[in-house]
Parts: sequence; C-alpha cells; structure tokens
Amino acid sequence: MPSTPPEGIEAPLDGRLPDSALATLGTRGFSLYVHVPFCATRCGYCDFNTYTAAELGAAPGSSQDAYLAAAVAELDLAVRVLGDPPPVRTVFFGGGTPTMLPAASLTGLLDAIRDRFELAEDAEITTEANPESVDAGYLDALVAAGFNRLSLGMQSARPSVLAVLERRHTPGRVAEVVTAARSAGFGSINLDLIYGSPGETASDWRESLTTALELAPEHVSAYSLIVEDGTRLARRIRRGELPAPDDDLHAELYQLAEQLLTSAGLENYEISNWALPGQECQHNLAYWLGDDWWGVGPGAHSHAGGIRWWNVRHPREYSGRLAAGSSPAQAREVLTKSQHHAERVLLELRLSRGLPLAELSPSERARADAFVADGLARADSAVLRLTPAGRLLADRVVTDLVEL
Amino acid sequence: MPVPVPGATPPELIRNFCIIAHIDHGKSTLADRMLQLTGVVDPRQMRAQYLDRMDIERERGITIKSQAVRMPWKVDGTTHVLNMIDTPGHVDFTYEVSRSLAACEGAILLVDAAQGIEAQTLANLYLALEADLHIIPVLNKIDLPSAQPEKYAAEIAHLVGCDPDDIFRVSAKTGEGVKELLDHVVADVPAPVGDPDAPARALIFDSVYDTYRGVVTYVRVVDGELSHRERVLMMSTRATHETLEVGVISPEPVKASALGVGEVGYLITGVKEVRQSRVGDTVTAASNPARKDLGGYRPPHPMVYAGLYPIDGADFPELREALDKLQLNDAALVYEPETSGALGFGFRVGFLGLLHMEIVRERLEREFNLDLISTAPNVVYRVVMEDGTEHTVTNPSEYPDGKIAEVHEPVVRATILTPTDFIGTVMELCQARRGEQQGMDYLSEDRVEIRYLLPLAEIVFDFFDALKSRTKGFASLDYDEAGEQVAKLVKVDILLHGEPVDAFSSIVHTDAAYAYGVAMAKKLKELIPRQQFEVPIQAAIGARVIARESVRAVRKDVLAKCYGGDITRKRKLLEKQKEGKKRMKMVGRVEVPQEAFVAALATGEGAEKKK
Repeated sequence: MPSTPPEGIEAPLDGRLPDSALATLGTRGFSLYVHVPFCATRCGYCDFNTYTAAELGAAPGSSQDAYLAAAVAELDLAVRVLGDPPPVRTVFFGGGTPTMLPAASLTGLLDAIRDRFELAEDAEITTEANPESVDAGYLDALVAAGFNRLSLGMQSARPSVLAVLERRHTPGRVAEVVTAARSAGFGSINLDLIYGSPGETASDWRESLTTALELAPEHVSAYSLIVEDGTRLARRIRRGELPAPDDDLHAELYQLAEQLLTSAGLENYEISNWALPGQECQHNLAYWLGDDWWGVGPGAHSHAGGIRWWNVRHPREYSGRLAAGSSPAQAREVLTKSQHHAERVLLELRLSRGLPLAELSPSERARADAFVADGLARADSAVLRLTPAGRLLADRVVTDLVEL
Repeated sequence: MPVPVPGATPPELIRNFCIIAHIDHGKSTLADRMLQLTGVVDPRQMRAQYLDRMDIERERGITIKSQAVRMPWKVDGTTHVLNMIDTPGHVDFTYEVSRSLAACEGAILLVDAAQGIEAQTLANLYLALEADLHIIPVLNKIDLPSAQPEKYAAEIAHLVGCDPDDIFRVSAKTGEGVKELLDHVVADVPAPVGDPDAPARALIFDSVYDTYRGVVTYVRVVDGELSHRERVLMMSTRATHETLEVGVISPEPVKASALGVGEVGYLITGVKEVRQSRVGDTVTAASNPARKDLGGYRPPHPMVYAGLYPIDGADFPELREALDKLQLNDAALVYEPETSGALGFGFRVGFLGLLHMEIVRERLEREFNLDLISTAPNVVYRVVMEDGTEHTVTNPSEYPDGKIAEVHEPVVRATILTPTDFIGTVMELCQARRGEQQGMDYLSEDRVEIRYLLPLAEIVFDFFDALKSRTKGFASLDYDEAGEQVAKLVKVDILLHGEPVDAFSSIVHTDAAYAYGVAMAKKLKELIPRQQFEVPIQAAIGARVIARESVRAVRKDVLAKCYGGDITRKRKLLEKQKEGKKRMKMVGRVEVPQEAFVAALATGEGAEKKK
C-alpha cells in the first residue's frame, strides 16, 4: 500500500494558480516530472505510488491507454494554467516503472510535451528504467526521441540482497543494459543503489559499489534502505522474519560509499548522490533549489511560486478527473515565509553547495556555529556546508538549527 | 411520638456510631442499606455508595473524607436518632480516623466474611478500643459462596474478646440482617453524655471545602449547644467566626436552629480554607468560652515529600493555583516552590503518606488538567553535622555537604496481616528493607499478625506493591509513626555528561547505595536517547563514582531520499520534531525527553500500574 499523501487545503477544480504564483514564473528554472504508476510487481520495500496489473484490474480508467490520455490532458491543463510557461530545463520520467510502457508510448509522451512546451536547448531528459524492462531496441528508441539520461534501478550486485528487496533482475543484467545504453548513445547514466538491507554486510555493499563503478556511471545515487510503514518489508521485520536495519551499520556503509565513490572521481553533491563534475542530476537539483515544476501523473507533486500541490493517487481517479475536464490536484499548500525558510534550510543543507549564511537568523547562526565547533559543519565564504559526519546527522542538524 | 428535631433531641435518644472496615469490605454498601431502611433516602434516588462524594472515591471504591448522617430509627415505638459517622479507611488518615472515633460511642466492626480482618481494620479497631467505644462485630457478605463466617467469626471473637455467636452476620448487598443490626445499635451503643448547661464544646471531626458554601465543618457537640447566628471560637487557633448556618446531614443538609449535647451536625461560618477549621480542634461559644478544650488536637504533619513539576514549564502558575485550591480542602497538604536544574520550576509537596500523595497528584491532573512529573517520594531526614548544626532535609538535593555526624530517619511500627503460608516471604521482605521484628501473633490457625519496626523510607518506595505481589495480594499493611532512628545513609547523585541531575539524587542506606547507583545508571542508559556525542552516566557518592554507563553517540540521523514529492512531508516531519523538542529538558548539553524523567522516577513495578 502506498504511503498516504500529506494534508493540505482544497485545490480548485480548474487547477488555477493565484497571480502571485504566476507572476514570478520564469525567474526560477522550470521542469516537468511525469509519473508513470505501473510496475510488473511490487517490491517488498517500496511505498511509491505504483500499481501492478493485478492491483489495477480490468476497470476502464486504470488502463495504460487511459493513463496516457489523461497525462496528455494534464499537459494541456498545465499550459492553460501557466499561460506562457518558461522553457523547460529538465524532464524526468519516474515511477513506478516508466519503461513498463511500450517505447512508443513513452516517447509519445515526450513528443506531447514538445508539442506544448518549449524545451531548453540543453534540456536534461531522463527516464528511470528497471534493468529487466529495457532492451537495445527500447533504448535506441529513447535516444532517438531525445532522451539523454538514463537512471537504472540497480540496487545491489548481490543476489541475496536483491532477494531481500524482492527485485527481479539478476545482477549481470545491469551490465548488459549499461552496455546497450552506451551504444544507443546515452551519455549520462545513473545507477540507483540501496544499502543497509536486512542481512547485508559491509562486504556485500563493497561488492555492489565496485561492480557499479566498473560500469563507469556518470552518476550514482546510494540510498540507505528506509523501512516504510505498510510495506511488506515492514511487516516481515515486525514479525521477526528479517532483522531491522541498524543505523550504526548504515553510517558505516555510507562512509564506505563516500570513500569508494569519491576515489572513483564521483563527487558527493547531495547526501545520497554522487556525480562526475558536470553530471549532477539537474532535475533533482531543481527540486532542491526551489525551482518550479509541474508534476504530471497520479500522485505527482508540483511546485510553482510558493504553492505546492499534489495529484490524486489512484490512476482511475486521476484519469477520471481529467476525463471530466477537471484538475487532478487533490490538495495544495501555500507556503508561509517560515515554511519557505524551513524548506530552504532543509533542502540546501543536503547539498554540497550548502546554504548561504544570509538565509539564517542571528540565533540560527549562533546554533550553526555550535555545529561547526562540533565538526558537523563548515562555514566558508558565507556558506554553511555539512561535513561527511554532519551529512549523516543532517536531519538532527536541521531540526536543531531551524527556527519555525 | 414525633421524630426528634436537631437542637431539641434528648441525648438519651441519640446513638453515635461509626463503621470500621477495610476497603472493599462493604462499608459504603452497608451505609446505603441503612439510608434506605431508615427512610432518609428514597429508593428511587438511591445511587450506589451514596455517601462517597468525590469521583476519585467513587472510582476507587474508597472513602477519603468522612461524613455524618442523621437517621431516625424506631425501636419499641420510640424514634431514636442514629448518627452514622463515616471514617476514612486508609493508613494515611489515622489521625482523622481517631477524631471520627472520638465523636462516637460505638463502632461497627465490619469484616468481609470471605476475607477476614485486614491490617488497617485491625489498627482502627485498636484505636476504637483505646477510645473506649462499644464494638459491634459484624461479618458482611455472608451471601457469598466463598464466605467462611465460622472461621472469621472465631478470629474476630479472639480479637474483640467476645463469643463467636454474638457476631452479627449480614449481607449489606441484600439487606439481610441490617434491620436487626440497627436495633442492636440502639440497644447496645451507649447514649452520649454531656452537660447541657456548660459552655459549649464541640469536636471538629471533619472539615470540607465546598465551592458554594465555603468550609463545611462537621462537629460532635459534647457540652452545651451551638446555635445559628452565634460567634464561635476555634480553641487551637483562637480564631472567631459567626455561624451562618448550623444543621444536620440526612443525607442532604437540613438547616437547624441549634445542635445540642450529643448531636452531630455541621457548621458553616464563611471561612474559605479548611485550615481555619481544623480537624481535632474544639469549637466553643465566643461569648461564653469553655475553659478547657476537648483535647487530642494535633496539627497534621507531612511524612512524605515529593517534587511536583509541570511537564510544560509554562503551566507553573496553573500548578500553583491548583495547589492553592486543593489546600482549601486539605489541611494536611503543604508545599513550597522549588527549582530543579533538570525539571525547572515546581513545588516540594508534603503528604501524610503515599495514598495521600497519589490522591493529590491524581486530583491535580484530573481536576486541573495538568501534566505532572513527580520526583521519587522521600521522607524527612534530620542531619546532624560534626559541628553540631542540624539540617532538616525534605529534598535529597538539599542534603548537606561536609562532615556529617549523624543522620536520623523516621521509623514506623508496621503491622502486617498475612496467611501463615507467607510468613517467610513477608519476613524476608521486611528484613531486606531493614526491618526489625517486634512480634508475631496468630489471629487464627492460618492467619498471623507480624509486627516490624521499619524505616519509613523503605515503605514509601514500593514496599506495599512488593508485599502484595509476594503474598498474591493476601497480606495487608498498616503503619504508624514510631519516632526516628540513626542510620547509615548516604546521598547518591546521578551525573549525566558530568552534570548532576538533581531530580535523580536519592538518600539511601549505605548497603543499598551501590545497587541503587547501578540500577539507576542502567535504567537511564535505556531511557536517554543517543545524542551526537557520547553521554557518560555516573552514579556517585560525593566525588566517588560507584557506577558508570554510557549512551553511545548517534551516528546516523538522516533520511536518504528527498524527491520533489517528499518535500512537504519532510517539512511537516521537521515541524513535528521541532514541537517534540519542546518537551525535551536540557541537562547541560544533553537532551532528555520528559518521558525519560517520568520513567526513571517511576518507583519499581508499582508506579507503572496506573497507566
């Protein structure tokens, strides 16, 4: 069962945004996210808004076709609401498994975007993919349509770890897909890794990292496993079938990742993300730097000028809303000044570029000094940055630091 | 013959009696039956345990405050007046019990026929015998299948010195035997004797604050008469007040013109605090005061102290106001503000005993909606220094530094009644609590009374719970003060990250200090969340560390992923954590959640049981 959405205020049926939000469009970057809510199976740890064919059933409105039509309708809505949208700097197809869609459908969605929005010349266009859901032909089609970045859900090189995560691919499959992606012409490849799964040892993790690095990815995301409420994994741990993840071990594994990835030339630029210089994921940076973006698809979140909203989660309800000509937004929130501040501290401290000290109040700055003294942060050239030890305690630092 | 009215009731028609019983032995039910049989309560208005006024009493099925009910009862064509004085049934209120007994000529000793007499009942029986009351032994609940009337009749006969056949057998629940019991009260309890022409003297046996009326004072007139619109003098405080109203309770208040010799009723003088109208004091007429009071007055004095702190420091003024209000109705409650480095601003509060403490705390939380932390209860120590100076310590953190010659601690005479199967266990427990055996008597073949001299400090911790759990709930306990003794005591401090936490300091016996320190350090290790640095926990006597633990530094506290859709959720989580931090107390640099203090201060298994 996917996790529950946050609470917010009512969103208008026509999706209209206040003039105040529209007025500043274009002063920040603008991105598009497309959520594809389909998976072949649900992995035991996953609480994303995604559905298997069995879960969706045969009801009209839940089909891929209904989804595709609705997504295009939402693109139309976005254009209506935004008026004259600024050029799109990044497009990101996530899920779910975008590559569950036939290549023609996925590239068709990108075409639909092009038809309605101006894409920036150097726009970063990414899709997530599962190693088992793509082949050479598929990858060729993506590149031909303009995709230039591929994010592969590798997770681990150890079969035992993949089994605990209930991932279906075999470790070797990732290498095949990377080779195919390279020959298709992808110049930027990300490998997603998960560490700290029940039973995973430091040497398992080291093997995953070295295997990943042998594939020479431009970018690696390494996430410590989060046991989300309501997932099969959480139930198995509660029943004692699997050991609970241990934060101390996670810290050790994180340090191992930092060590191996940076020595391979990948620099940490966000807590869980490492990239060759210039290969940072522009789309994720847009989230973290407070850009505007429109999220298309069931459960997708959007942000424009201090307003955040999120769509209804179920594909049937989503396509139903759009078929009826209304906005699929379930609720929105209008950020107050202090919420905006909290988000800046929360997000920018996760980045290696850090948080400008000017964003902090005098009392926050005094607390920041204490973190500097404790070796959790550094303050250079008017910017506060977390040290590696501070990154591991980022949530604690932010909670202590920020004034609400 | 008409029903005698208050102020004009010949003493020979009056019978003043009380019921001595253990909690749950059916006193309130018996009182209910009497109210019904004498016709003072309409059966339709009857609610269970009519006389127990406070909610807490009703819920716990115990009586905290006594009351007196006037009931007519006709025997052989003559209507008599029965005044039933309800006595508190708990160990903490021995003094109040003794004053209630002093207002009576007779006492019904009510014992559950399935359980036999309990320690507190026995203690109160001894008080009644000392006060020369006529005792009417009664076995209740004879309708229960588990009743053993023969066995317990023999036990009681042995204690009271009567024939087992003379013991009444009733069922307060069904009413069986209650009518005969009332007849017997008229026949056997002596009528009150007093001088109607002497200056008025009345004993205050209870004093209750009422929101609308101010203080309602319950009295038993011994000599003379107290009347409406008269100036009265409280002989211990020398304060005078005007009687705005006198009357009797039957069982609702009924105004009267006067109360005469032997009568029991109430006065309202408009005073707002029960301390101005103290239990045990003698009331006389200001215009013609008695020369000598009735004797036996003793100001209440607290035996047990604890710090009470609002969990939210901002509630301190509310706590003060609540204590002020409670004191209106509780002359035994004393408190003064104190500051704890760990807990902030609060009060050091003195109580008659543990039940009193529990009741006060519960009323503060329930009636005044306060969330409180209470420190571990402690007794009052007298510390004599080598230079001869003396300190009275009601808070371990005030324990003096420097060269101590002697420490005196209060001791109590404890009476434990237990089935003989548990003699060994009970003795073991008392021995472990530094008890000194004073004697043992068999009440019957399988029940025994064991007497110990015990340090009060050993009882206030978790003795009662330990006793109950080791005897499967069968043993009962009563104790009363027995002076003080010199003991080898030390103060154990608990240090977090090198900083002493005053709320955790404790005065313990030298032999128990090490175990206490180890246990407390272990407990805190479990309760204190990991910080970003290692936190040593030490237990120390002075500068000497006797136990040591440490809370390892936290190494990871960050959620790995933060996509666009996670931002709102993450910010809300941050807001929640920020809110949670408000409930943290800082001890030096260490953040300690309130819950850790509460849990660390919980005394053994007993403190958790209420939750």
